[in-house]
Amino acid sequence: MIKFDGVTKRYPDGTVAVDDLNLEIPSGQITVLVGPSGCGKTTSLRMINRMIDPTSGVITIDDEDIRKKDPADLRRGIGYVIQHAGLFPHRTIIDNIATVPYLLGWDKKKARATAMELMERVGLDLKMAKRYPFQLSGGQQQRVGVARALAADPPVMLMDEPFSAVDPIVRKSLQEEFLRLQSEMRKTIAFVTHDIDEAVKLGHRIAVFQVGGVLAQHATPDELLANPAEGFVREFLGGEKGLRRLRFNRELESMPDEDATGEVEAAER
Amino acid sequence: MTPLADGEPLVRWSWIGDHTDELTTLTLHHLKLALLPILFGLIIAIPLGIMCVRWRWLYPPTLGIANIFYGLPSLALFMLFIPYFGIGSGGQADFTIILPLTLFSLSVLVPNVVDGLRSVPDPVRQAATAMGFGTLRRLVQVELPIAVPVVIAGARVAAVASISLVSVGVLIGNGGLGQLFIDGYSRDFTTPIIVSCVLIVVLALVSDGVLVTAQRLLTPWARTRRSNG
Repeated sequence: MIKFDGVTKRYPDGTVAVDDLNLEIPSGQITVLVGPSGCGKTTSLRMINRMIDPTSGVITIDDEDIRKKDPADLRRGIGYVIQHAGLFPHRTIIDNIATVPYLLGWDKKKARATAMELMERVGLDLKMAKRYPFQLSGGQQQRVGVARALAADPPVMLMDEPFSAVDPIVRKSLQEEFLRLQSEMRKTIAFVTHDIDEAVKLGHRIAVFQVGGVLAQHATPDELLANPAEGFVREFLGGEKGLRRLRFNRELESMPDEDATGEVEAAER
Repeated sequence: MTPLADGEPLVRWSWIGDHTDELTTLTLHHLKLALLPILFGLIIAIPLGIMCVRWRWLYPPTLGIANIFYGLPSLALFMLFIPYFGIGSGGQADFTIILPLTLFSLSVLVPNVVDGLRSVPDPVRQAATAMGFGTLRRLVQVELPIAVPVVIAGARVAAVASISLVSVGVLIGNGGLGQLFIDGYSRDFTTPIIVSCVLIVVLALVSDGVLVTAQRLLTPWARTRRSNG
């Protein structure tokens, strides 16, 4: 579990990016941090792996204060996926995926074998192993980004708008495969997005942030849609009209999804 | 120079055959005078460029100084070093040419190192940090390799300029193939002049070709990206 305890980030110019945040991100689940730009969701995410240090407050992972760990060591144990994948252009796909294992000093053969397994796992053709990132489409690059984050099997993953830069059809398939992967791996995931549809679709829990770094509501998707906090949250969800649409989509999506899971489970038996 | 004497061809081919040893020696010496500055220039420009990216305020003054050297007439800069290394060809005196050309190369190489390092996309740098690269390891394994194509592009420009500038050294007695200009000029003999000009152009083309090839081999990931847009 990741826990924010009274965490504030204030910049020297006085801007408050995150204001007294108290939030628990339960283990083995996806918690989505959602809100408009400037709401502090990305800042909060980056404080978890110490890319940004809070001005005050404490962040713990499994009850251990993250400030007690060396930042590089901490980061090698936390998967990180970002919007434009951020792949290393000068490294082949397989070496991109094996980045953290290399950093951890794994044997090269073992690192590459792991990378190959992950390529299969995220649905990449193994023929791409020796290619360079520029030879892949945006969606494929994003899969590599996910595989790279998973390579050393970290218990925690941070994902910052990982599917925002691809077209809607690719996004949908990436989201679905991500849910399938997560159902196998049960990572502790903090997932940032500005897209409420994505939040409702992916999150076990949703933390809605509002400008100024204030946590406006933290609930399961169903609770959020049933009882959105008055004011900002209701507005962010699109008012009565938006809520109706989100509730409708949720019902629509929950039906075939459950069927599909059932089929897979049946097939595995 | 007086017009050609009757019956004297523009290029007397037999002269080339008679002077192959001298031509080879001069060509190799020319290469040494022209390319050692590029090597030294890179050795200086890479750390300097890294510092200029790390501490932004350092870049404008550094670039300013490098450009002043570039703006000075090359001959004046050569003469500046005569008191230290003397004149003539070979040995210590070569540094009278090599050091000024090193300074010249910096005005091209430093900006290219800086641009190369700045060409590293922000998400790439961020991802490297987030995956647990320390500052030094990130520099060596991520940022510098990504800067290589831009740095080599700078080295190509600097090498060609350097190869042509060496000839100016003839005025202080050490111009590589440029020596042949004086030789031909003083004797009203066109062959050495034309031969040296051709060899200098060939040297420039060959060095450029070698650097292009090196870049393709070193950075296969950058080659097709350009052609694909």
